[in-house]
Amino acid sequence: MAQPPTPAARPLWRRLVGFNLLSAVLLGIGGYYLGWFIGHQIDGKSFAYQEKINENDVALLLGYFFGVVGFLIGLGFANYPVSRLLGRPASLREKEEGGIGRYFGLCTDHKVVGIQYLCGIGLFFFIGGLNAMLIRTELLHSNPTFVGPGQYLTLVGEHGTMMMGMMTSGILGPFANYFVPIMIGARRMAFPRIEALTFWLLMAAGFILTSTIFFGGFPTGWTGYEPLNDQAVMGMDSYICFFALVGISMTLLGLNMMATIITMRAPGLTWSRLPIFVWSVFATSVLMVLAAPMLVSTLLMSALDRTIGTSFFIPGGGGSAYLYQNLFWFFGHPEVYILALPGFGIVLELLPVFTRKPLWGYRLAISGMLGVSLLSFFVWQHHLFVSGINADLRPFYMLSTEIISLPTGFIFLCVMGTLWKGRASFSVPMLFCMGWVFNFLIGGLSGVFISDTPSDTTTHGSFFVMAHFHYTIMGGLVFTFFAAIYYWVPKMVGLNFNEKLAKAHFWLMFLAFNSTFMPLFALGMEGMPRRVSFYEPKFQTLNIWVSVSAFVLGLSMLIFLFNVVYSLIFVREPAQRNPWRAKSLEWQVPTPVPVNNFEQIPVIDSDPYDYGTPVPIGGAVGGPQTAGAS
Amino acid sequence: MSSEAPPAGGGEPDHARRFATIWLVATVLALPLVIFVLGPILPPGNGSDTASGQVTDNTVLLAMATPVLLLVVLYLLYAIVNFRQGAGGVLEGPAVRGHPQLQTSWILITATLVLSLAVYGTVRLETGYGAGSGSGPKPLTVPSGPKLPIQVIAQQWAFTYRFPTYGGVETTHLELPVGEEVEFHVTSLDVIHSFWAYQLGVKADANPGVDNIAFVKPTKIQTFEVHCSELCGLWHGGMFDHGRVVSDAEFEGWIHEQQRIFAPATRVLPPYAKTYLPEPTERGH
Repeated sequence: MAQPPTPAARPLWRRLVGFNLLSAVLLGIGGYYLGWFIGHQIDGKSFAYQEKINENDVALLLGYFFGVVGFLIGLGFANYPVSRLLGRPASLREKEEGGIGRYFGLCTDHKVVGIQYLCGIGLFFFIGGLNAMLIRTELLHSNPTFVGPGQYLTLVGEHGTMMMGMMTSGILGPFANYFVPIMIGARRMAFPRIEALTFWLLMAAGFILTSTIFFGGFPTGWTGYEPLNDQAVMGMDSYICFFALVGISMTLLGLNMMATIITMRAPGLTWSRLPIFVWSVFATSVLMVLAAPMLVSTLLMSALDRTIGTSFFIPGGGGSAYLYQNLFWFFGHPEVYILALPGFGIVLELLPVFTRKPLWGYRLAISGMLGVSLLSFFVWQHHLFVSGINADLRPFYMLSTEIISLPTGFIFLCVMGTLWKGRASFSVPMLFCMGWVFNFLIGGLSGVFISDTPSDTTTHGSFFVMAHFHYTIMGGLVFTFFAAIYYWVPKMVGLNFNEKLAKAHFWLMFLAFNSTFMPLFALGMEGMPRRVSFYEPKFQTLNIWVSVSAFVLGLSMLIFLFNVVYSLIFVREPAQRNPWRAKSLEWQVPTPVPVNNFEQIPVIDSDPYDYGTPVPIGGAVGGPQTAGAS
Repeated sequence: MSSEAPPAGGGEPDHARRFATIWLVATVLALPLVIFVLGPILPPGNGSDTASGQVTDNTVLLAMATPVLLLVVLYLLYAIVNFRQGAGGVLEGPAVRGHPQLQTSWILITATLVLSLAVYGTVRLETGYGAGSGSGPKPLTVPSGPKLPIQVIAQQWAFTYRFPTYGGVETTHLELPVGEEVEFHVTSLDVIHSFWAYQLGVKADANPGVDNIAFVKPTKIQTFEVHCSELCGLWHGGMFDHGRVVSDAEFEGWIHEQQRIFAPATRVLPPYAKTYLPEPTERGH
């Protein structure tokens, strides 16, 4: 992080006035109370009465709405449209100069936004993780003795919603925003202001979800199924508002990524030379743009059900609870691939660097990712195999779900092919990639059981499903998230991590992760449902084992945090420009990356996987170099 | 499939052949263990025709997954041991960018596996009359012969059971006669629940306003667990009960006793119906 010379020092109070985070927070609070007040006028009932019974959804939703609007105005998002309306000249950039202050406000430099995303998402990832620790503490005993059943459900819901909502941008937010423009030889994203907006929307959303504890929490888990949703107290509105904002943020992020990748590639960077990570970002963006609006409209409908008395989803009023399930999973299944696909990209991007080989099966990998994207829109009713909806169509959803393992298999083949006779060095990012291979394999193979309707009869809604998606999302996404952190953060901040601590983090996390989630397959198969705070005493021992493992998993995260503080704040060992000897474009620019990325836009004449010794025509794979060492 | 890996050369061992041998041996050793040792003890046991069917399905799926699991895990270990950089090394690997025949055969083999899985699942689902899962108001396949209809009514936070062939009596516990085909009609009075009779291999969502049908024939006299497996609010975890599979005579005795005990209640119950739609929820507006 460079510290360009700051403008002449002004008095502190003068610097606090203006469009910055402080005004944003103040305007946000002001907006919230404005909405709260208007809501009570509309509802026409006494203020105090409504406050007591915790039921004025109109006031809370309006409060959130005006709060977010005030927050964004305070940050300065309205300045540009207003100045354009007043006829001032167009500009593409805002507040890209200046010191550390850039990171605390609206800044259109994609590198600043990337780091903002990393810290912001990291914060909420840890809040979500703390929720998980509390959940596991409650499950130490077969009766709810720690936080009680109501608070337990709120913890479950907040953990799930936080992770599913925030971590959708877990890789695209920090790493795609930071590196996609550099990898494609561009100086910025296509829509820099929208890029900043996606981040600040997400932060507002995260705060709103956390605020649910002040309004009674919500009992529905991350799926928000109706009619339980309609029955719930005001805390449910926090869920609705959170996910709607996340949906808007995701849609905009996806559009921005697509526009950038399509229009801003450097000369010579054809589609067949695009780094595979950029391809995975592209596939993910397509999913985001197509799936997330569905979520926003579904939540709008459920907000209307809760406030003005429509009955889209209320069976007693002529609506259908099936409709909600259909709409939600039409978003929800692509959503889980939005989480998984960037992980594919990171593994395939990193493997060539660490095995010193070109990516094996580049086109196969691309077709795998695009295939997953396409198919993910045809599988959603496998979440409803026992619900009785369209029961005759179950063979189709069984088939489409199982077919998804074809493109996913492509990715595995490419991973295996790249490893074949490579010269792998097991640095920390590589270790996390290897962890991904194992975890995602278990996640994928357990998916075969739940994709099969007869087998799913037992596993549906049990801990088996929970273990399955933690293997794909935590084992898939979060492991690659850390791979990306250890791989790219030295470039982003110009400082190295302590490798011993990083290795300890990996091994503890890998072992504790498997020790936490592997037994859950057994628990689910043996008949323990999800999201319960009561269970039979016969499951006690295994649950204690799982909880203790989960605490160790939490401990591994603390090692990571310690490493961040120790290496990046205290030791501050400068990173080399290209420590991994990588050939992709982002490693060729100086560290720290200049504001404009490139002095001159590069001209690309090959893909970035130009590793390895050429193989003699028609001949053996192992050249003289490779033969020597084995 | 690994026998088609790129040919090795130079002074190196023939990695492709070596790995293929390791994988084959491991698979041959593991498969009988999975099928004959692990298979019979797989959940959910042999309490009913559908439960036994699911045990078979789980065994088949596990037997299909084992070679794949071994392939990738052993490959990973093999690669970590063999294809590594020496300490501080800067060696480059071979610049191989693909292997068309291997890629094609991988696609064909995985496609065959996946399609056979889907065909197998479909056949088992439809010949198993929904395999114990909730199959909606009009199941595609229905077992022939006499069936005992039982309505499962879910509400926050308990299941009750209504027997239309026994005067519409509504009981608070569930007993089933062994060896008789049961036709569950699962519905809900409020939010979505899910009726899960674990040892019977039955799971069907209880949706308000929907009649969700599942078939099962209990084959073993035993106690079974009933859970709610769809999050339904505060006491979801406590929505738990034990049911019993009993002999025919014992069942007749039990149900007649229930009819006697609940006679006052039965008189004021609404007439038996497929669903009981509640009034629109009151939320204070």
